[in-house]
Amino acid sequence: MPNCVDKKIIKETDEILSKFTNSKDNLIIILEEVQKKYGYIPQVAQVEISEYLNIPVAEIYGVVTFYSRFTTKPKGKYNVSVCLGTACFVKGSKEILERAKQKLGIDEGETSKDGKFSLDSTRCVGACGLAPVFTVNNEVYGKATVKKLDEVIDEYMKKD
Amino acid sequence: MKTIEEIHKIAKQTRKELELRVNTKADTREKHILVCHGTGCTSSKSPLILETFNKIIKEKKLKNVRVIMTGCFGICSKGPIVIIRPEDTFYSMVTPEDCEEIINTHIIGGKRVERLLCKDIKGNMVDRLDDLAFYKKQKRIALKNCGVINPENIDEYLAFDGYKALEKVLTKMSQDEVIDEISKSGLRGRGGAGFPTGKKWLFVKQEEGKQKYVVCNADEGDPGAFMDRSILEGDPHSVIESMAIAGYAVGANKGYIYVRAEYPIAVHRLEVAINQARKYGLLGKKILGTTFNFDVEIRLGAGAFVCGEETALLESIEGKRGQPRLKPPYPAHSGLWGCPTLINNVETYANVTRIILNGSKWYSSIGTETSKGTKVFALGGDVNNVGLVEVPMGTTLREIVFDIGGGIPNGRNFKAAQTGGPSGGCIPEEHLDTPIDYESLAQIDSMMGSGGLIVMDDSKCMVNIAKFYLEFTVSESCGKCTPCRIGTKRMLEILQKICSGNGEEKDLVKLNELANGIKKASVCGLGQTAPNPVLSTMKYFADEYKEHVVDKSCRAKECKELAKIVIDETKCKGCDLCKKVCPVSAISGEVGKVHKIDQNKCIKCRSCMQKCPFKAIG
Repeated sequence: MPNCVDKKIIKETDEILSKFTNSKDNLIIILEEVQKKYGYIPQVAQVEISEYLNIPVAEIYGVVTFYSRFTTKPKGKYNVSVCLGTACFVKGSKEILERAKQKLGIDEGETSKDGKFSLDSTRCVGACGLAPVFTVNNEVYGKATVKKLDEVIDEYMKKD
Repeated sequence: MKTIEEIHKIAKQTRKELELRVNTKADTREKHILVCHGTGCTSSKSPLILETFNKIIKEKKLKNVRVIMTGCFGICSKGPIVIIRPEDTFYSMVTPEDCEEIINTHIIGGKRVERLLCKDIKGNMVDRLDDLAFYKKQKRIALKNCGVINPENIDEYLAFDGYKALEKVLTKMSQDEVIDEISKSGLRGRGGAGFPTGKKWLFVKQEEGKQKYVVCNADEGDPGAFMDRSILEGDPHSVIESMAIAGYAVGANKGYIYVRAEYPIAVHRLEVAINQARKYGLLGKKILGTTFNFDVEIRLGAGAFVCGEETALLESIEGKRGQPRLKPPYPAHSGLWGCPTLINNVETYANVTRIILNGSKWYSSIGTETSKGTKVFALGGDVNNVGLVEVPMGTTLREIVFDIGGGIPNGRNFKAAQTGGPSGGCIPEEHLDTPIDYESLAQIDSMMGSGGLIVMDDSKCMVNIAKFYLEFTVSESCGKCTPCRIGTKRMLEILQKICSGNGEEKDLVKLNELANGIKKASVCGLGQTAPNPVLSTMKYFADEYKEHVVDKSCRAKECKELAKIVIDETKCKGCDLCKKVCPVSAISGEVGKVHKIDQNKCIKCRSCMQKCPFKAIG
């Protein structure tokens, strides 16, 4: 029997599905909506989508894991993301990523145990004029240095 | 729905109102404050600047002044940018706090705010945008409307000949005439490979079958490339209009724009533009009163670089894993859902309307023998003027890096220019005078690519750069074919071995062998070009590879295992700057005395090296 969290997800996923026809081409658009809603794609949601579109769950899992925007694990409350586009890379963003790993005690793609922080690297957020760049959720921090990263993360650590 | 006459009327009326945007001597009392809303400026708070201007104007009840959001002006390193028209005064690095002063001094007082005027590299104030050396050698065709019009207002697009090319095609030209015009212009695919656009259109037109599709590839995945995004953000209608023209020419009535979900602003502006075009009857059924039907839909890319490859992109539109198909059949024959499909890149489309309106003769008079027109580059890395540039084909790399880009900052020297992203190569100083066109770049082991141009100074380790690109391709390889999936991984392991100081000379031979094998045996363009950054750096910077392998040293000190950062006692003045910047407190020493780095604590972040004013750390 699904638990109550799962039941809620099933109900909400069904609501998302009702906006689309059951054509198989809609898979990625649907996944995009689910990812937007939860910050990841829960397994029960994948099962619901599978039934609606008549695609095996394995195939859906294959699509979810193929595209980097889709994740199967929830992200932290504050998602720190360091740009590793070439413009940022030549301006030293690798050092910033290394420092972020050290500072947060987690690796790329991981979420801290308390669920507060997660860490990512991205390819080009498009603010090449401000390189190197990192973001925390939607806030962009340009012309970054190791020291600036420390200060910004310290600020977020103080927050709830 | 609007009739052709109504559209002409809107265009004429709006054009009159917008004369001051393009004519500094426009006879008007009105002022337009243009605020850049490209991604760069947006992330440094340009929407807040726009809001603040509007608030002040409302409070002061000012008349004859309008605040307008525009696409990218190009010179992102000076952002956020504000331009006042008609006088064309160019304010750089504006903050929301500066708005009041601009309104009081400039708009009301009629005097320029000198402290906000843009300064060139020598520190001289620049009055007008066009006076900046950055713009002198540029020619804007694809970017013509970027920074001039409000991309979310179709009337402004109409004012500058918008949808006139579509009208001309639908009312005065046959399908073959359109294709002939594009062929004669010499336009080639701007996505990287440079296939002649007219030929591609012809192939799709010749295919039989009722259902055909037109696709716009806006999955700009090269790290450090943002040309297509800037076009979509600054002039979305030009892409939509060109897709409709292509639809007419090849006989398709449905188009898809496949755009990265990482480009939320571009996606939003496209949505706005498509809705406006539908409302005006420029998309949909019986366009402009003719029998031609055409509509466009957006599909979001979900973050897979390989989807920039045309057949992988088609798979992704169909809702599947974006893995390339075997070619042939080519998409022109069997594309989306097995139907004939035309795929062009954003920048390619952006040129089409201009060619139709100005003629193939005009277009083919620009550029070189084999490469016509202009190319947009995203200039980034170690260069003074970071931003978006559009130059005629045949311009040399030296002109782009030094005249337009303003050279290398911090008194450092040029080392390499990287074009073509993970598929291209690193071009050394000796080839800087190569004129940019498809063939010349291929001859020096690089490629045009989609237009990322990253400049690197002499503090960069070329082995490390090659490793960087391979890390990218390894993580982006779709896994379908073995040479790419396993081969690039093996190459990366060898590079990691070399960068960690464990490389042997035979590794270099192996690396070369693997690279050539992967190039020959991979299924798609990603794998076939993935070894290029390694091959080109091995060719032009062979001595650096040798140093890593034989001397176990990295001159740029980027390879941490090979680097030991020390302070030169003869040069250190004890200014204490390094101590302050060190994030791990590894540097000790009193002010005025020689400082020291504790090697056990040092994380080799090189912050101190960059900070030291006496170049004493290395």
